[in-house]
Amino acid sequence: MSPVEGRRAHLLTAAAVVAFAVFLAVADRTFDAFTLRVLNLCGIYVVLALSLNLVNGFTGLFSLGHAGFMAVGAYTCALLSMTREQKELNFFLEPILPWLARVTVPFPLALLAGGVAAAILGFLIAAPALRLRDDYLAIATLGFAEIIRVILTNAQPVTNGALGLKGLPSFAGTGVVWACAAAAVLFMVLLVRSAYGRALKAVRDDEIAAAAMGIDVFRTKVVSFTVSSFMAGVGGALLGHVITTIDPRMFTFMLTFNILLVVVLGGIGSITGSVIGSFAVTILMEALRFLDGPLDLGFVRTDGRPGLRMVVFSALLMAVVLFRQRGLMGTREFSWSMLARAGLLPRAGRSGAAGGPHGAA
Amino acid sequence: MTLPLFLQHLTNALSLGSLYALIAIGYTMVYGILRLINFAHGDVFMLGAYLAFYSVATFLLPWWAALLLAILLTAAFGVVLERVAYRPLRDSPRISVMISAIGASFLIENVGIVLFGGRPKGVTVPPVLDVKLDLGGVSVMSVSLLIPVLTFAVLGALVWIVQKTRTGMAMRAVSTDLDAARLQAIDVNRVISFTFGTGSLLAALGGIMWSYKYPQLNPLMGTMPGLKCFIAAVIGGIGSISGAVLGGFLLGAIELLTIAFLPTLTGYRDAFAFVLLILVLLVKPSGLLGGTQVEKV
Amino acid sequence: MALLETEQVTMRFGGLTALSDLAIRIEKDEIVGLIGPNGAGKTTAFNVITGMNRPTEGRVRFADENVTGLGRHQISRRGIARTFQNIRLFRELTVLENVLVGCHAAIAPGVFSSALHLPGYRRREREARDLAVSLLREVGLEGNASDLAVSLPYGKQRRLEIVRALATRPRLLLLDEPAAGMNPQESLELMHLIRRIRDRYGLTILLIEHHMQVVMGVCQRIYVLEYGETIAHGDPAAIQNDPKVIEAYLGAQ
Repeated sequence: MSPVEGRRAHLLTAAAVVAFAVFLAVADRTFDAFTLRVLNLCGIYVVLALSLNLVNGFTGLFSLGHAGFMAVGAYTCALLSMTREQKELNFFLEPILPWLARVTVPFPLALLAGGVAAAILGFLIAAPALRLRDDYLAIATLGFAEIIRVILTNAQPVTNGALGLKGLPSFAGTGVVWACAAAAVLFMVLLVRSAYGRALKAVRDDEIAAAAMGIDVFRTKVVSFTVSSFMAGVGGALLGHVITTIDPRMFTFMLTFNILLVVVLGGIGSITGSVIGSFAVTILMEALRFLDGPLDLGFVRTDGRPGLRMVVFSALLMAVVLFRQRGLMGTREFSWSMLARAGLLPRAGRSGAAGGPHGAA
Repeated sequence: MTLPLFLQHLTNALSLGSLYALIAIGYTMVYGILRLINFAHGDVFMLGAYLAFYSVATFLLPWWAALLLAILLTAAFGVVLERVAYRPLRDSPRISVMISAIGASFLIENVGIVLFGGRPKGVTVPPVLDVKLDLGGVSVMSVSLLIPVLTFAVLGALVWIVQKTRTGMAMRAVSTDLDAARLQAIDVNRVISFTFGTGSLLAALGGIMWSYKYPQLNPLMGTMPGLKCFIAAVIGGIGSISGAVLGGFLLGAIELLTIAFLPTLTGYRDAFAFVLLILVLLVKPSGLLGGTQVEKV
Repeated sequence: MALLETEQVTMRFGGLTALSDLAIRIEKDEIVGLIGPNGAGKTTAFNVITGMNRPTEGRVRFADENVTGLGRHQISRRGIARTFQNIRLFRELTVLENVLVGCHAAIAPGVFSSALHLPGYRRREREARDLAVSLLREVGLEGNASDLAVSLPYGKQRRLEIVRALATRPRLLLLDEPAAGMNPQESLELMHLIRRIRDRYGLTILLIEHHMQVVMGVCQRIYVLEYGETIAHGDPAAIQNDPKVIEAYLGAQ
């Protein structure tokens, strides 16, 4: 069977995108608030997973500081998009910095600012941290994320400290979230297939050889890290505005762990994997919520035992890494040819029989 | 800042530091041999404390028996952990092992939440350790005196094992070059199991002592100390046992003395360790007592 | 003016002196050999020349420029390319992509110009592809272009690594044991290949090899190292009869 490529593939992709957009529009109108939120959470996780995959999967750096960048993005966006009244409502313990109270910008700008703030932070961290070896890089980035969290918890006049910010304006609707998700996917696909993407993978596969071929390894890593931080900042901002409250306790290592789970499950180094993983984990996360509540399985009865859900997820992560390290997709990407080989695509109009121009080789 | 007050702070710093040291040793031993950051180590610390607690509370053992039982059980757990979560990945890329370690850490923590419940449990401190001593204007709980003594005793024992016994020599061989050690007919698996067992035993001891000093147990009690103790090990020189002890004391001292002199920074306490870590990694990544490492092409 | 010159290059790792007073001189269009028993410092010499290690003492001059201490990628962009003793291909990339990585400096992709597929980028990428394909054709690998590099048999992998280095359009090519693991037939083909690419691409070549047939057959001059020191230097005939060289090799057994 011939591979599905060229115009046919493009047409199929366009059709799929349109179909999904229609689905989203319908969902936005008909789904109840809870289900819609889960759907949008999937979209946010797509952005977050791709940002982590960019650094960990495609550049080969083990960064564990994602929650920190998300926090910076979330707080920046929130503080810029909230109105003065909303801020004053929150900062009852200690007044917010005056100039900060006055600033309110349109949401798209605030979102962008969140990304940029996270990117700047990422750039500053990258310079020292990326000179370290894998495991040290992991701990250093984890350390930075913790430092950020502690600062956010203590900077009362700026962030409202441990109280967090409540009542964030709900600008992050279905359209915004999925537009960002689509942009993230598009960007990643284009990047990975380009010469720059090749350079990233070369750095990942063999840094020494990459340098010998003229690639500025350090600079490539820094750029990758900075772009990833930008995406994480946007993702964090979206998350905050969908949930409409943020506080430092949201941005712990557990959050990074969730995203890591998505990436590992889907396949480190696969965009398709991250997308599928985002849906799978987000939906599973909600579906298994019952595990944290009272259970009645007939033979076993428990009162609410929060934590059982995370037990399942931790075990899942370990199972994947122990038995199927490459995750669902490994480093492969989706292609229409895959579906065709599995017999899931309707045959092209002209030649169905073997022996025709598109027949089996 | 009066002298007695300063001495008070110093004593606190000493006992916190030795707790950190006990836990840091486990990290450094495992990293030295496997180049693995055992993220689950802090949770092993928690496990030891809980096992001791339940031995007393549910099985009504005397405290010293509970302690013994707990540290032995935890040592065994450490060995099992290595077998299940790390050994299968020994030839895999390091990222995979690290992910497994992170997964194991979360798994243990959440199993703890499920089994033990998220609400803190109060520990009854053994009477002999609950004595308030007054030494020249400084009031110290007896437990705070015992901990440093215990730490140094343990350190001495470990140094003796590593330098003077066959097992210790095997450990040093494996940490220098695992494949070469294998070729010398050293049973690498046994050495690694021994390392994990010992490290976990020490973590359990640390956890139990911690629970005597801060008598509130919760399943997440190991997370932050775990991270800090790894940092302590890095500061002192990862792979070096004396480095871990030095790092532990240094961290404890810096943490408590900084807050003592600058109380406004109390909220930032947890961040000190991380700031120190970043400084060390920038200036001398091999740590205070570590040697320089060369990577062969 | 020599194309490459090392001036009293000494490389010490802690207590170990890997290279001592290395003074190599290579003229344009030459094929020069670097031989010696294992551990003599040959690969270390390559590492110093290509910027992977900064020499403890001494300088490296390339095309009359002091390149000591430059970054690895900077040296590559100045026109020095290399292959590796233990083949270092990019495992998750195809054969063609491996070669294309060599064209990286020529394409000079920015992260945004790549992602957005700007016209300038697209043109340079096309040119790079043409070059890559012609290079593959040079060594008979154009049929394997879409295969994963690591799926190739050993001999083909070595050839791939060589054309990948060629893709960087070097003036000086450093080959680290290209004939390792080859049978006599393959070694002969390799010798032809080396001469062919030298002529066709205007290269100067420095070659580390243990395969004496290849070294003597293809090199115009040879340097002999032992324990970091240069113990002999001359044309193949002189080297073959040099008693110090013979002793170094026999003594090493």
